[in-house]
Amino acid sequence: MGRRDTAAPLDVPPAIELRGISKAFGTVQANKDISIRVMPGTIHGIIGENGAGKSTLMSILYGFYRADSGEIFINGKKTEIHDSQDAIRAGIGMVFQHFKLVPNFTVLENIVLGAEDGALLRPSLAKARRVLDELAREYELEVDPDAVVEDLSVGHQQRVEILKALYRHADILILDEPTGVLTPAEADHLFRILKNLKEQGKTIILITHKLREIMEVTDTVSVMRRGEMTATVRTAETSPEQLAELMVGRKVLLNVPKAPASPGATVLEVEDLRVTDADGVERLKGISFQIRAGEILGIAGVAGNGQSELLAVLGGIMKGQGRVRLNGEELDLTGRHSDGQSRRARGIAHVPEDRQRLGMILDFTAWENVAFGYHHDPAYQKNRWLMDNDAILRDTMGKMERFDVRPPIPTLQAKNFSGGNQQKIILAREIERNPDLLLVGQPTRGVDIGAIEFIHKRIVELRDAGKAVLLVSVELDEIMSLSDRIAVMFDGRIMGERLPEQTDERELGLLMAGVANGKGDAR
Amino acid sequence: MTRLPRWADLVLVPLISLLLAGVISALVILAIGQSPWEALRTMVVGALGSPYAWGYTLYYATSFMFTGLAVTVAFHASLFNIGGEGQATLGGLGVALVCLSFPWPHWTLALPAAMVGAALFGAAWAAIPAWLQARRGSHIVITTIMFNYIAAALIIYLLVSVLKPAGQMDPATARFPEGAHLPQLNEIPLVNLIFDKQVPANVTLFIALIACWLVWVLLWRTRLGYEIRAFGRSEPAALYAGISPFRVTMLAMLISGALAGLMSINNVMGESERLLQNSTEGAGFIGIAVALMGRNHPFGVFLAALLFGFLFQGGAELGLWTTIPIELRTVVQGLVILFTGALDYMVRMMLVPFFRARKLEAA
Repeated sequence: MGRRDTAAPLDVPPAIELRGISKAFGTVQANKDISIRVMPGTIHGIIGENGAGKSTLMSILYGFYRADSGEIFINGKKTEIHDSQDAIRAGIGMVFQHFKLVPNFTVLENIVLGAEDGALLRPSLAKARRVLDELAREYELEVDPDAVVEDLSVGHQQRVEILKALYRHADILILDEPTGVLTPAEADHLFRILKNLKEQGKTIILITHKLREIMEVTDTVSVMRRGEMTATVRTAETSPEQLAELMVGRKVLLNVPKAPASPGATVLEVEDLRVTDADGVERLKGISFQIRAGEILGIAGVAGNGQSELLAVLGGIMKGQGRVRLNGEELDLTGRHSDGQSRRARGIAHVPEDRQRLGMILDFTAWENVAFGYHHDPAYQKNRWLMDNDAILRDTMGKMERFDVRPPIPTLQAKNFSGGNQQKIILAREIERNPDLLLVGQPTRGVDIGAIEFIHKRIVELRDAGKAVLLVSVELDEIMSLSDRIAVMFDGRIMGERLPEQTDERELGLLMAGVANGKGDAR
Repeated sequence: MTRLPRWADLVLVPLISLLLAGVISALVILAIGQSPWEALRTMVVGALGSPYAWGYTLYYATSFMFTGLAVTVAFHASLFNIGGEGQATLGGLGVALVCLSFPWPHWTLALPAAMVGAALFGAAWAAIPAWLQARRGSHIVITTIMFNYIAAALIIYLLVSVLKPAGQMDPATARFPEGAHLPQLNEIPLVNLIFDKQVPANVTLFIALIACWLVWVLLWRTRLGYEIRAFGRSEPAALYAGISPFRVTMLAMLISGALAGLMSINNVMGESERLLQNSTEGAGFIGIAVALMGRNHPFGVFLAALLFGFLFQGGAELGLWTTIPIELRTVVQGLVILFTGALDYMVRMMLVPFFRARKLEAA
């Protein structure tokens, strides 16, 4: 694929060329003398850990930041980009990780927004409708122009973002972590779209931390580490292992080795569990499963199929109906003892899916977050009235050392840690409670590769210590490599259970799409 | 990136805001044909120029500390309690009932009892909006505003129809017994070496200072304070941690209402010694500005209360000694609130390039 395009004639200038870009924030050098050439009609990947400087570089290219030094050439012409309007004029379009759409506008209105042709909306909308129609046919980018954006699936919303850029005549598309929110099928469709765009001569820059995506769609890939460009290679000539090593600066285990499970007594028994949310929608429609000591049960599924509610009800955040037994004793699902404190007292620890919204208070310091949820712990009290902040501080320093949190400064606010280090703080807090059951959701979302390895190791260690682990993740790789058993959820139900060694991503993908036996045709 | 050093954030930004408020105030005074210099001199002399002047400034500052703390505690639970006015009014009723119900032999006995009355009535008045918020989701801003009006109407009714002694003309309670008289600063040994003339500032000032310290302990040293702050920053996270939103909402508002109610120890018991109509003189609302300017920190509240005490007393002096109308006091206060509260971000933005340039030079 794409051979024709990568071998562009030598006299064609690169679509984008950055020369010696440097950018510092205070004492932090976010980008250090970065040079990069992206040929037209290619897909160029940029990978690197969080904080490696990928987003800063793209923000400079899109006019959000100004580089301290360095030059930008678009199609061989030196270009000054002061703001996003300059970038759009230069033919650059950006699709952000978090979409910038107006939820209650229609697709058409969103596309025209900011690119209206005059004071009257109607001619612009009519024109947009025509253009949209052409684009849809050309690139497999079908979206109903009259649909209201908030009613669209995430995948479709992303298409609207891409269409927005194309409508503004973008020849160069930058996509920032585009698959983070997509189902595997949606991601496949996105890649088809990207390949189409490439065939039509568009240039695409794909920022991601997922090695598989880089291998699948890019022609060339640049690796960033600590603000520097460590390598630019042809994708065909590299391997995931090599890229991971370039990113982290050392050898990384992409799959944590683990011994076969030796499950003991049943720890968690869930029977016909139902959850109805505040809007009266039934999110869990009667699910049953068991987890035994020394076993990791992985819950696979597309986000939004009830996994979050499962964690919430077991973690004491939501109420539910049904029967849940922990070590043979009934858990209160509705009454006074259905809150998070009671769950912790029963030996359930919870690493929530959305660590920044649920798992910690971003404005709190690291040590305040270490006490979060355990602030009633007698070890953290000075006397009946006062908390022993020094004791928490000391505990935090120990945890930071054992979990390799960087920087190991307990008084730093949580928001100043990277995603991986935030997760390590939460993990340290929950795992060191030595729980009988660990609930863990999206343990490595937005976490660097180096930290992923560490986090996976800790989860496997807990299992090996004879604890039960309920793992919820939308990353199939993660589910496959960590789980001892896999249950697939779809629409509030468990579609089936599989053993990781007896299934593959295709079968799980079908179950995730709601195909009952996992054997049917997806389409 | 756009972060300022801590000292600039805490000291420089408020100072520049104040300066800007002062400049605009000066322009307003110029515009009405008066001398800003004369106005400033009158204010400074009248509010800070003598122990007597300080006696008034501190009296107002005492009230503002309580109402500022009340807003602060609720604010940390992400509850915007703008019902301090009503809660303080009801606190006054509690004080009056306690003081009038018993022939108190000595103020040291009357004061604790009156404090309990003030705090209980203030907390009770906050409890209803708090419950409505916690259980029914009625927005606390709306309900506390409405409760201000209800409080005002209730007090007028009680003063006119129930509490007014027979034969008295004005709507007010009887005078409190002699034994409920709180020592003013000029009546306290040693302190009276400084305050030689009679001033309204009284022992409540010291209670206010202790309250500042206690609120700091509450917020940053106790489990309840921890839960209040956690809940205020993120309700979903609080739920995750097993913190009960109902409990925190209720307790934060009860404490807030109690603090607002305690203000009435200062004005009702310490100054007027009977309950009058509109005894709070807007201190409940000024508490919002005090908390805002004090960055919702007890020490900041202390400083901001002093500033607003100065503005209040200095403004009154303007009306007394110059031809500048007393309403100008409201204008100046408004400008201070505008610049220190609402336009805080603007000042910050103006400073950012300066600090960035400095950093680059240093690097």
